[in-house]
Amino acid sequence: MTNLSLNARAALLSVLILFVGLAVWELSIPAQQAVGELTEYEKLTGAGAPRAGVPPPSQVIVKAWEELSNPFYDAGPNDKGIGIQIGYSIYRVLTGYLLAALIAIPLGFLIGMSPVAYKALNPFIQVLRPISPLAWMPLALFIIQDSEASAIFVIFICSIWPMLLNTAFGVAGVRSDWVNVAKTHELSPLKTAFTVILPAAAPTIVTGMRISIGIAWLVIVAAEMLVGGTGIGYYVWNEWNNLDLTSVIFSILMIGIVGMLLDAMFGLLQRRVAYVE
Amino acid sequence: MKPFLSIEKLTQRFPDGQGGQLTVFEDATFGVEKGEFVVILGHSGCGKSTIMNILAGLADPTSGVVVMDGQEVRGPSLDRGVVFQNYSLLPWLSTLKNVTFGVAARHPEWTKAQVTEHAVKYLGMVGLEGDVIHRKPSQLSGGMRQRVSIARAFANHPKLLLLDEPFGALDALTRGTIQDELLKIWGGTEQTVFMITHDIDEAILLADRILLMTNGPFARVAESVEITIPRPRSRTEIVEHPNYYAIRNHLVQFLGRRSKELAGQQTGTGETNRPETVRIDKAVPTDDPEDRRPTLRAVTN
Ligand SMILES: Nc1ncnc2c1ncn2[C@@H]1O[C@H](COP(=O)(O)OP(=O)(O)O)[C@@H](O)[C@H]1O
Ligand SMILES: [Mg+2]
Repeated sequence: MTNLSLNARAALLSVLILFVGLAVWELSIPAQQAVGELTEYEKLTGAGAPRAGVPPPSQVIVKAWEELSNPFYDAGPNDKGIGIQIGYSIYRVLTGYLLAALIAIPLGFLIGMSPVAYKALNPFIQVLRPISPLAWMPLALFIIQDSEASAIFVIFICSIWPMLLNTAFGVAGVRSDWVNVAKTHELSPLKTAFTVILPAAAPTIVTGMRISIGIAWLVIVAAEMLVGGTGIGYYVWNEWNNLDLTSVIFSILMIGIVGMLLDAMFGLLQRRVAYVE
Repeated sequence: MKPFLSIEKLTQRFPDGQGGQLTVFEDATFGVEKGEFVVILGHSGCGKSTIMNILAGLADPTSGVVVMDGQEVRGPSLDRGVVFQNYSLLPWLSTLKNVTFGVAARHPEWTKAQVTEHAVKYLGMVGLEGDVIHRKPSQLSGGMRQRVSIARAFANHPKLLLLDEPFGALDALTRGTIQDELLKIWGGTEQTVFMITHDIDEAILLADRILLMTNGPFARVAESVEITIPRPRSRTEIVEHPNYYAIRNHLVQFLGRRSKELAGQQTGTGETNRPETVRIDKAVPTDDPEDRRPTLRAVTN
């Protein structure tokens, strides 16, 4: 045991925790009551139906296998494969997120470079930033008149702030020595921005982008529960209405996994742009 | 005729933080000839870096002008290369890329291969070859980083090379090696160099002329001491030269005593502020008995 590497020991421990957790979960769920001896009331409310209880992990795994072996089926508005639902969510997140990046990064550059712009825009940022993105939803629905675009707008508005602030912070913090190197080499402002300031501020900017994508993924679930139709958020809500807790748990897991993958992508990017002074 | 680099009535004031003004120096006036290696020596805080930043075009003086090669200095230029004390290498670029960065800026018309070849040549001149040049600055020692910085500056053949305490952060042994390298790489060129240091021996080894600055505020470039030791110089041989200790004593006296005595005097304007030229040469016997004193002076201005 001791001559295993740190990583190997950690992995072993992870697997152990997983199995112990699953076992505790499995064992703590009482065997399903036999169907049949239910009162009329119980039948009506569905309280006695086997699906209504918290399912054991074995059932979730079976469900996951079913869903993942055919993720892209489409059998009408209320019955789409998990792949399609996640696809919709990712599409919305990326659209809103990229629009936000397109505005936040250049604007953050401006704010970071110019103390006047910083002072002028700061009050607006301070007021707008703490607003819960979902609070925008009614206004967005009213103005945009389209639930799809409203969901994208909510993603846009929630992911813009970390990127904007981090870009401004990163750009303002670029060491003046490096800017002086650019100056003494007569680089044009545009060339300075791309060859000196951008790489120098990149780690801070990417950190902002990573925070933003995390928030966007958190918010999309809630937004889709509100606007409905498609997406993983709607899927969770729909399965809850169906009292299909197995599917609810499965989709919760999927939300976690997709979020982790999105975050890992930015983690990779972060490592690419990192530098040691 | 104006010297190649002419600093005319340069004044720098900063707000002192209490509503008043801090005059770092006032009406500083001096010149540097083409191909000359001039070192400026003075206590910390007297305004050496301030002068250098103005020469580099990175800062504007409160008043006064700097004229180089007949043109007034306004803003930074590739004609004035700078080596900063903290090397100022871009940490996300490899050693080689840090040099090609500068070369490509100087010669936008060159091909990539030409740029790389030129950069590799100059890195070789400061002893950086092979795998090392593909490392990031963070993987280099302080001495190696400063070599890269020097290679970057020399590779661009600026008309004027500015060095702000380039070896200040290095240990004595490394400093010695790089001083030798600097002398070697400078020897082959007609490069005009203006360098800041606080190390007397370094100044004597490298300089044609040493400018001595009094303490601030109202610092002055009080003296211009000629280094009457022939080149090529080496650190082991110059100490044998009869002028070495005379010059060294003069510098030590100035920094230890006179820089304080002369400090804080608000002087008259204009020509009176030119540094007094000091020439110490014990190798040349003269009839004038005054000249046999260990410290000889000839005011030539
Ligand atoms: N931007 C600035 N604002 C206010 N004071 C400054 C500024 N830059 C330098 N000074 C002051 O000018 C004086 C000279 O500084 P500096 O040129 O860095 O000295 P040196 O390089 O000779 O050690 C110091 O007293 C310093 O505090
Ligand atoms: Mg300094």
